[in-house]
Amino acid sequence: MTAVSVSAPRRVVELTVDGAPVRVTEGSTILDACKRARIETPTLCYGDTLTPVNVCRVCVVEVEGARTLVPSCSRKVEDGMVVHTDSERVRTSRRLVLELLSSSVDLSLADDAQRYAAEYDAHPERFGPDAATVAQDVKIDNDLYVRDYSKCILCYRCVEACGVDHQNTFAIHVAGRGFGAHISTELDVPLPDSACVYCGNCIAVCPTGALMFKSEYDLRQAGTWDESRQSEVRTVCPYCGVGCNLELHVQDGEIVKVTSPDDHDVTRGNLCIKGRFGFQHVQNR
Amino acid sequence: MLGAGGGTSSYQEVRDVADVIVLWGSNAREAHPIWFHHALKAVHRGAKLIVVDPRRSSSAQWADLWLGIDVGTDIALANAVGREIIHAGLANEEFIERATSGYEAYRESVEPWTLAEAERVTGVPAEAIRELAHTYGTAEHAQMCWTLGITEHHNAVDNVFALIDLALLTGHVGRYGSGLQPLRGQNNVQGGGDMGALPNKLPGFGDVDDAAVRTRFEQVWGAPVPPERGLHLTGMFEAMGHGELRALYVIGENPAQSEADQTRATELLAGLDHLVVQDIFRTRTAEMADVVLPASATWCEAEGTVTSSERRVQRVRKALDPPGEARDDVEIVYALAQRLGHDLGSPRAEDVWNELRSLSPAHKGMTYARLEELGGIQWPCPDETHPGEQFLHARLWDPVVEVRAPFMAVEHDPPVDLLDDDFPIRLTTGRRLESFNTGVQSGGFDSPLHRNGSALRLAPEDGARLGISDGGRARVVSRRGALETGVVYDTTLRPGLAFMNLHFPDEVPTNVLTIDATDPKSGTAEFKATAVRVEAV
Amino acid sequence: MDLRLLTAEPTDAERAAIDAIVGEAQPGDGRVERSDRNRRHLLLPALRAAQRRVGWVSEGALGYASRRLDVPPADAYGVASFYALLALEEQPADVLHVCTDLACALAGAEVPPGAKASPCLGLCERAPASLRTIAGESPVEVQLPETGPPLPQAGERGLRLLRRIADGLDPTSLDDYRARGGYAALARARELGPEGVRQAVSESGLLGRGGAAFPTGTKWDAVARQPAQPHYLVCNADESEPGTFKDRVLMESDPFALVEAMTIAAYATGCTQGFVYVRAEYPLAHERLGNAIAQARAAGLLEGFGVELRIGAGAYVCGEETALFQSIEGYRGEPRNKPPFPVEVGLFGKPTVVNNVETLVNVPEILTGDVRETRLFCVSGNVARPGLYELELGTPLRALLDLAGAEPPKAVLLGGAAGSFLRPDQLDLPLSFDGARDAGVTLGSGVVLVFGQDADLTAAVLRIAEFFRDESCGQCVPCRVGTVRQEEALHRLASGATLGNERETLADLAQVMRDASICGLGQTAASAVQSAMINLEVLAP
Repeated sequence: MTAVSVSAPRRVVELTVDGAPVRVTEGSTILDACKRARIETPTLCYGDTLTPVNVCRVCVVEVEGARTLVPSCSRKVEDGMVVHTDSERVRTSRRLVLELLSSSVDLSLADDAQRYAAEYDAHPERFGPDAATVAQDVKIDNDLYVRDYSKCILCYRCVEACGVDHQNTFAIHVAGRGFGAHISTELDVPLPDSACVYCGNCIAVCPTGALMFKSEYDLRQAGTWDESRQSEVRTVCPYCGVGCNLELHVQDGEIVKVTSPDDHDVTRGNLCIKGRFGFQHVQNR
Repeated sequence: MLGAGGGTSSYQEVRDVADVIVLWGSNAREAHPIWFHHALKAVHRGAKLIVVDPRRSSSAQWADLWLGIDVGTDIALANAVGREIIHAGLANEEFIERATSGYEAYRESVEPWTLAEAERVTGVPAEAIRELAHTYGTAEHAQMCWTLGITEHHNAVDNVFALIDLALLTGHVGRYGSGLQPLRGQNNVQGGGDMGALPNKLPGFGDVDDAAVRTRFEQVWGAPVPPERGLHLTGMFEAMGHGELRALYVIGENPAQSEADQTRATELLAGLDHLVVQDIFRTRTAEMADVVLPASATWCEAEGTVTSSERRVQRVRKALDPPGEARDDVEIVYALAQRLGHDLGSPRAEDVWNELRSLSPAHKGMTYARLEELGGIQWPCPDETHPGEQFLHARLWDPVVEVRAPFMAVEHDPPVDLLDDDFPIRLTTGRRLESFNTGVQSGGFDSPLHRNGSALRLAPEDGARLGISDGGRARVVSRRGALETGVVYDTTLRPGLAFMNLHFPDEVPTNVLTIDATDPKSGTAEFKATAVRVEAV
Repeated sequence: MDLRLLTAEPTDAERAAIDAIVGEAQPGDGRVERSDRNRRHLLLPALRAAQRRVGWVSEGALGYASRRLDVPPADAYGVASFYALLALEEQPADVLHVCTDLACALAGAEVPPGAKASPCLGLCERAPASLRTIAGESPVEVQLPETGPPLPQAGERGLRLLRRIADGLDPTSLDDYRARGGYAALARARELGPEGVRQAVSESGLLGRGGAAFPTGTKWDAVARQPAQPHYLVCNADESEPGTFKDRVLMESDPFALVEAMTIAAYATGCTQGFVYVRAEYPLAHERLGNAIAQARAAGLLEGFGVELRIGAGAYVCGEETALFQSIEGYRGEPRNKPPFPVEVGLFGKPTVVNNVETLVNVPEILTGDVRETRLFCVSGNVARPGLYELELGTPLRALLDLAGAEPPKAVLLGGAAGSFLRPDQLDLPLSFDGARDAGVTLGSGVVLVFGQDADLTAAVLRIAEFFRDESCGQCVPCRVGTVRQEEALHRLASGATLGNERETLADLAQVMRDASICGLGQTAASAVQSAMINLEVLAP
């Protein structure tokens, strides 16, 4: 007997997005509806495997009857909802969010953010050369991964991945308040003194390269990191019996980093220190 | 059948359905971290986690209830839980009546195990035992999960039976959300067994003593299949001891460091006429070999399949070439066969797999194309339209169950290495998050977690009493050997209980201390229970 | 949870202070343990207790609180570092916090060496004000000056919410409260039954007095019908809007009224547990309210309703209802996204009634028959008679200014820093919800801050921008970065070193903060600034 669980069928909800009707199952978000309607919505803090925190506000849309704009990544659809994704209010807010981020954070490795900024005609230079930024020294305090918070947009993804969404190790959290809010270990102790277990699940979800494998960081520093010369091979971890899928990123015959597919139900993109960094033994040739 | 085979349930059922998860003799938080993610998702949605472990391990620190059992008293605890379930009217009588056999003998065997008696033997307060029994017995969907804390004992098989009995008692098997999950330690120990790398099995679960099974294989292989059972690992070492086994071909195993009673094991290996080692690294065993065949890291230097704890067959794929003169494992075996005068046919992984599929009904529907498309398939998968079986033994819930699941009445049998005045501390061994077995692979990278990894862990009270400071050094002595190591105080231990791992054998050869008292059926040694003396140095 | 704990140990004093909150440590037996993952709501009280004992939150105290409450240290550090009044670096036990906010700036506030600048302390009627915190075995906080001007309408007939205060009741005496009609409303409530009470409140048209002006009856009905249990009642007494002090006066001077009102509200909505979240800077309110709760409990007047004081630690954003929940629950005071709304998913994820202090004390009046719609106004700044006023809704603003003896204003700030500046020719505005809405402004928390002819409006606008930048929780981009950019642009305008079209930049910032911030703080962060620039040409380029 095959045993696929059958739960009660979910209701279909009909709403209007940019003038056209869209039908999605109850419980879907406006973002889901936009995807169904093939409308591209910029997102930064949203992650497929993470609970939406809606803090970047770049995915906002206009919903008729709502006083403020609404984050599409978390707002659930309702029958009869009328959504505008391209109104003046939406475009202005998205542009401003991108200008605010671009003017305060190093987005040089955040491909998506850069693409959106171009698309929405963001001009961060309008805030002047003395605009406050989060520029700071890179934190290199272990051999496995590197933290460059100059690139941090405070999307909270790493905190969630290290927290209840996945790893439940809680080695990092947001500290401080306001513009000074930053991702930190307790009392900003170096990673080796913290609760970090080097699973790399935070690196896997970081959208801007603020968190990066040391292997990648070193190659980038040396100018030899080249994604066009990399192949990705999906295999199974050599360690325990859980059966996590690994994606080995190989450049010039060397594994340069390890990820796991987000849609692999066993891992949902997560690994442990052995799966993430334990490949080294095959490089010791 | 239950007990052999694989875990009955999928991880998804743990994550989304189970309302009670029992982790018995498993520190999955460190040994199966991504499986533990699924358990934590369950905990966050309100499921209860109960952990049975001598130490208050990191898994136990998540538990709604932790039972700090004395090492090797699991059957006493399980039998008391069974008795309490029966007496509290929580047994699933309908299921027992319809789907099981041997209940009466089981019931009689657990009757002496009152809560008070179990407390006396296990050290766990009666109230907590009662709570475990009632929580498991009243759960709607419960998963019973275990690892080496249950199986690294001289009575491993009986330990497993004791847990299976609880599932049969309550009907927590054979249905969506409820089941039995032995969490497999290596990435393909499940697959290895499934493919017949066991002395009594042919690939695909057939018994070697079954003539009909042998015939099918003989027809495809074109050669007779010996009808006798072979030797498992412990049996081989015994045979070496008697001078009956003179040559050994070791593939991807490091018994010189992983066997219990390491001193004896290495002596026996040294006494062989011929030792061949096929491995990716020059392990301690390889150093003793007459011939070393450098092999590929199959997980990334070859094509093939591996099978996980939830019976999921998945593809491993080649990302790198093996270094230097190292060769693909299959190619090595084929080349050897050729020198021995046999042509085994195509060494291509997919072709070997397709032959397996023709001989193993449980794998028949798992073409490489389907494995690719579905991202892995759980056996049994009898044909190419079948999606794979999410959970096993659903037939136990049929109106008429022809082959009933047997209760196995088992007796408590304490650890073989007894505690006495000379060896008063119970040493139990286990694993760490960042390391793996004898460290052949995991020693290849460094991390802050590796720091202090090899140390003996002592309860602070024992450290103080013995005059050994936190961070100091100690000499650890068992009836079989001795070693010196660093010491770390560990508040997850009780006085009288100590912990070591096996991951840094070149520094700290833990297995010179352990005893090779093995379960005659499974061949696993009692790594979990050694009697030691600890001295300040 | 398998936490890796800080190694530093607490001092004996710190341990005792924390144990007083979380209970004494019970040693494990090495055989059985149970996880209790529901203790973190004691985190803020524990950290506050440690700070009040030794003057700051040390690594040892932080680590001990983490361990006792099963909170990851990085998480606890995130909480501790969120609040302005928790110090993570050693500081003297005796600290003077000097208010430099709007009313106090008008009164010439100066921060002496060694003292700290503080946002509005809610003592605007006695500006310039400060708060002295003295840590030690018997910690105290003292609001300075300790007394202010008398209630302006003292002795007046016809007051409603301020009636007993104006008549001089003893705020420490339950007997005095009862003698003046107290607890008649609770009796009436029992006669009406929960649904009857809710109906009476709905019919009265009572709108929330915290700033959002939501119909109270609707909120109560929504919670009453929620199936999820338990229901919580939260009184939002965080009152940190610059210029606001009405709730302070109510809690200090008529605390039994709030306790009775909460008991009625809990009865009407099926709440078994209630919290009053009071800002840290109101020590007298803590004392008076704590005393009133204790006396009411002792007299059997709470009838099974469990009500607790929870004290903040210096975060204006915790006045936002969902941030308040986070704060009580032991998290950083970061507002949640709505929906879901508190009536369905509130404190601890349960249906929750959140009401402002003033809103609640309206309820006994409604039940005992006085359904007049009155409102409290906090008048401060360049006026002769600053203080708390009660007026019937619809009274023209000009009438209030006359009552208060206001100087001829250059501008009036209505509604607080989150409100709007009014021009001298806009002062006939009727002080009602509709009147304000029609004029495109809001009554907010009832602030009426008068800026005389010599007042420095530029400084006020810069201060408002600084306030929001400082108080932003930091979660969302529009507010976290927007408030910084707004302040930067205003300073450029003030110094003359402007770039391009600053007005357009500020308007864009105002729009994104208003349209896309998660909560009211961001949404109103540009409101007063924009009104000053547009209405009054302040910092016009």
